[in-house]
Amino acid sequence: MSTDTPDTADTGDAADSIDAPEDLSTAELAAEVEELREELADLKADLGDDQKSMVIVATKGTLDMAYPPLILASTAAAFGWDVTVFHTFWGLDILHEKKSKNLKLSAVGNPSMPMPNAIASLPGMDTMATKMMNKKIADNGTATIEELIDVSLDQGVDLQACQMTIELMNYDEADFYDGVTTGVGAATALQRMADADVQLLV
Amino acid sequence: MSTEYTVTETLDVKGESCPMPVVKTKGAIDDLSEGDVLEVLATDSGSMSDLKGWAETTPGVELLDQEADGDVFKHYVRKTE
Repeated sequence: MSTDTPDTADTGDAADSIDAPEDLSTAELAAEVEELREELADLKADLGDDQKSMVIVATKGTLDMAYPPLILASTAAAFGWDVTVFHTFWGLDILHEKKSKNLKLSAVGNPSMPMPNAIASLPGMDTMATKMMNKKIADNGTATIEELIDVSLDQGVDLQACQMTIELMNYDEADFYDGVTTGVGAATALQRMADADVQLLV
Repeated sequence: MSTEYTVTETLDVKGESCPMPVVKTKGAIDDLSEGDVLEVLATDSGSMSDLKGWAETTPGVELLDQEADGDVFKHYVRKTE
């Protein structure tokens, strides 16, 4: 704000105190108008920024839980949104090139499984449930996890791998798909979430 | 929706399911020029709602028409900018 505003602070409302034109030279007024114009342009730029953004935190690495973050991310990117998926703990397996092709479905503790837990916990049941699910995915024309990662990266989705978890799991940065961002942590995720329109934890 | 239009290009996503019809439509639109009309052929019944939602939310595209032709859902999208 102008420093040559008359001292009217005792009114308690600075916005009401408009400089009397006779107190200011034309040059000073012009400078003030220019300054206000710039401020207005900045504000308009902020308001006019209709670029939506979304941050998803992906924490699960089972076959069923790998899908929602990638489907939402690739679709939001198709909307033209700026999308970040921060993968941490088991969610990291989605970005692990080898593990992502071999994600498992758990037969135990899954109420949607048509079998009691006592049977689901038998050896080989997870493998069987996973095979059934993979067959359904193929029959339905549903994209594979690898395809979803490819289209997400193609569309500019920032797939981030939590550095702390990479070290915790003894993974190597080379284990991940090309284009995956490494060397990021919770602070990076939070910073993006603070600015995002949509934040999801999966 | 009686808008006159000529289809510039056709995208066939028959047999593919969510999110691919939308994702591939976006990719195909990116390769077109302003004014071009993309025809999208899908068998995913969710594509009727999804393509509409996408077109209404995404700047630079206009959904001209949607129709169900037997098992095939046809969508017509114009690139407006």
